Amino acid sequence: MIAEIGLAALWLAATLAGLQLLLAWTAVARGNADAQRLIRPVAVAQGVLTGLAMALLILLFLQSDMSVYLVAANSHSMKPFIYKFAGAWGNHEGSMLLWIAVMSMAGAAVALFERGLDRRTHIATLGAQAAISLGFYAFLLLASNPFKRLVPAAADGQGLNPLLQDPGLAFHPPTLYFGYVGLSVAFSFAVGALLTRQVNARFARAIRPWVLAAWIMLTIGITAGSYWAYYELGWGGWWFWDPVENASLMPWLAATALLHSATVLATRDALRAWTIMLSVVAFAMSMIGTFLVRSGILTSVHAFAVDPTRGSFILALLGIYIGGALALFALRVHTVNEGSRFEPVSREAMLVLNNLLLCVILGLVLIGTLYPLLTEMVGLRVSVGPPYFNAIIGPLALALMAALVVGPLLRWRRDDPRALLRRTAPALIAGALTLIAVLALAPHPIGWMTTTGFVVAAAVAVASVAPLWGRNLRRTPLFTYGMVIAHLGCAVCIAGIASESAFSQEKLAAARPGDTFEIAGNKVAFDGVMPIAGPNWTAMQANLTVSRNGRVIGVAKPQARFFSDPPTPTTESVQMTRWSGQLYLVLGDALEDGRWQLRIWWKPFVTFIWYGGGMIALGGLLALVGRVRRERKHGRAAEPEPVSAGAPPQGAVPA
Amino acid sequence: MKRSLILWIPLAGYLVFLGIASLGLNREQQTVIESRMIGKEIPGIDLPAASSTNPALSTKEMADGKPRLLNIFASWCVPCAAEAPVLAQMAQQGVRIDGVAIRDARADVDAFLARHGDPFQRIGLDARSTLQFYLGSSGVPETFVVDGKGVIRYQHIGAVGPQDVDTLLAKLREAES
Repeated sequence: MIAEIGLAALWLAATLAGLQLLLAWTAVARGNADAQRLIRPVAVAQGVLTGLAMALLILLFLQSDMSVYLVAANSHSMKPFIYKFAGAWGNHEGSMLLWIAVMSMAGAAVALFERGLDRRTHIATLGAQAAISLGFYAFLLLASNPFKRLVPAAADGQGLNPLLQDPGLAFHPPTLYFGYVGLSVAFSFAVGALLTRQVNARFARAIRPWVLAAWIMLTIGITAGSYWAYYELGWGGWWFWDPVENASLMPWLAATALLHSATVLATRDALRAWTIMLSVVAFAMSMIGTFLVRSGILTSVHAFAVDPTRGSFILALLGIYIGGALALFALRVHTVNEGSRFEPVSREAMLVLNNLLLCVILGLVLIGTLYPLLTEMVGLRVSVGPPYFNAIIGPLALALMAALVVGPLLRWRRDDPRALLRRTAPALIAGALTLIAVLALAPHPIGWMTTTGFVVAAAVAVASVAPLWGRNLRRTPLFTYGMVIAHLGCAVCIAGIASESAFSQEKLAAARPGDTFEIAGNKVAFDGVMPIAGPNWTAMQANLTVSRNGRVIGVAKPQARFFSDPPTPTTESVQMTRWSGQLYLVLGDALEDGRWQLRIWWKPFVTFIWYGGGMIALGGLLALVGRVRRERKHGRAAEPEPVSAGAPPQGAVPA
Repeated sequence: MKRSLILWIPLAGYLVFLGIASLGLNREQQTVIESRMIGKEIPGIDLPAASSTNPALSTKEMADGKPRLLNIFASWCVPCAAEAPVLAQMAQQGVRIDGVAIRDARADVDAFLARHGDPFQRIGLDARSTLQFYLGSSGVPETFVVDGKGVIRYQHIGAVGPQDVDTLLAKLREAES
């Protein structure tokens, strides 16, 4: 019964989405007042119904209802509670339902809370949101019904990919989904604004909180995903440039660019067409990412959700929506008035540089990701891996960070280069001192890229807090703190990356019980291996006593696990975190003569990578709260923001 | 005019992407990964015995002048159970078959052999897919034809069905010459 109610709710919601599109059409094209009134409750009802459908699917998984095909295929009655819960979206159908649920709930939120847009654009936006939802409803209901019954019911389920049985991963995909799908709101805003030709500062201020919200979720999702890959896969790496990782990185890059260009549009009423373009591109990247992951068109270590026929469906949706939006852009954008022009030495010019660099990085990641597909057409099998990406993206990312040293210290409209030099001097000095320190203190020569990484990290760290100097800290708006913390997070992250790649130490050993290894001042004693069993796995577990300066600091128990259902081996590595880095321990294969493979890494300050990611997300959150509070307070002024917002106040910095 | 043409560039670029993607999607998916070891000598690896009835397997001893089948299987693998009667029939016809049990346990292999028959002369336990990796085999079951000099001559991917027997026998005869 629950499954049938869920399916009915979905059909009803799809019908409401159709109605919503129709209402938007009559309201915008004909100015029908009834349609204008009706559209908001319809959007809200649609959100509630899909939310209900998602909740019902979760309930079916929790009850282990094996008469539902999806539950039988992806769950197991023996599975721990949290994975039954997460199993609801750990598969194709469930994740598509989650996608549509988030999309229509985001639409409901736009209907309820968006006050900044003018009325016609708001309604056009809701219409665009309904239009994209319709495609996904069709996909879900016609090609991937999550509530399909299994007759006769299965005795028990088939389990969930053991790699996915990890508490971190239970909530990783939904976080990313909130980000991907949240960008659909930006897309709908752009389409709505193109339809009503209302691309202006007011539009930018309205779109910004929605983009921020999606961007925060993406940042958290990417950071968490990176940490998950780091400890679960047992390879000691934190980013693999795998197509699926790139799929989450590309929308993030586009959304980051969009956030900054929206700020220019909101403050200076410039970059109108560009901001619209980025809104379309950001969501396009979300959908392309989903397509690449779901269609199996690219081979990936993440390929546990692959189906070529479904790929065709997503590709068709991509063609219709993104192609349609780009056509609309080409037809309409020249009727959008050109925005203001600006000076080369100014905050907005530096933000344009930021946008250019982000877009070039985005383009190169996209090309690198699609390249194997291209070469396969001419019969070549290649894989584009870390060597390409690190060599190409690394320098560009460093250039972006260098721009970040200067950008926040520039004034809007026009700035004096000499005054700018004085303001950036502390950051430049910090960079120079770091360069000397790295060259003098590094125990072995490190590459120019990691050296530059340290230098840039130090300069960005100083430059990012510089906007706070000389300010009344209590009267500084929350979103300025947000910017400072997010930029500081970039510095922390870059420092972590540089430190990890320059100073990691690795030890590979064939160990007998009783052997001791030393790495970076840590003594690791191998006491032996014993078999243990979990709820649905068995494992060999090593006992490693770690001591430092003769004092035991902990016992690590890495495992080589074997899941029974379906049979899959995994490694459970152990990380021992100290303030100065992480000791990373992996138990490998048993060798024939009773020895065991051990892999031990010392990764200095590796945790900074994820602390940095967390700070970036936190900065985004502060900016979001600050922006929303300010909008609430100031009402809906249609004028561009006062130029001082977010910029160093005039006279606060010695000029 | 010029400006409005530029505005269509994003759409054009996007259509190129869609074209490539749809071509890529409709291209034949290569699901079978063939070993690159065919025509090369089998890597020498000693494996412990996988069952209590059959002796251990060393691929170093395969250059004994006579061709054989090397069957990659596992007790937890359903198609392996399906191919067992076919292998048993071939063994009765005098074909030499050695087995490699992948990621298995001795008790499980014993149970598997008791249930599905034992066509194997030797069975090695490949607990971590070491030999499987060196053979270039990507799954279970797979069956290799190894000639009397220890050179891999042929790879059969998937379960051996009755329709495959003639091919395998022919490849064995070829390997003899």
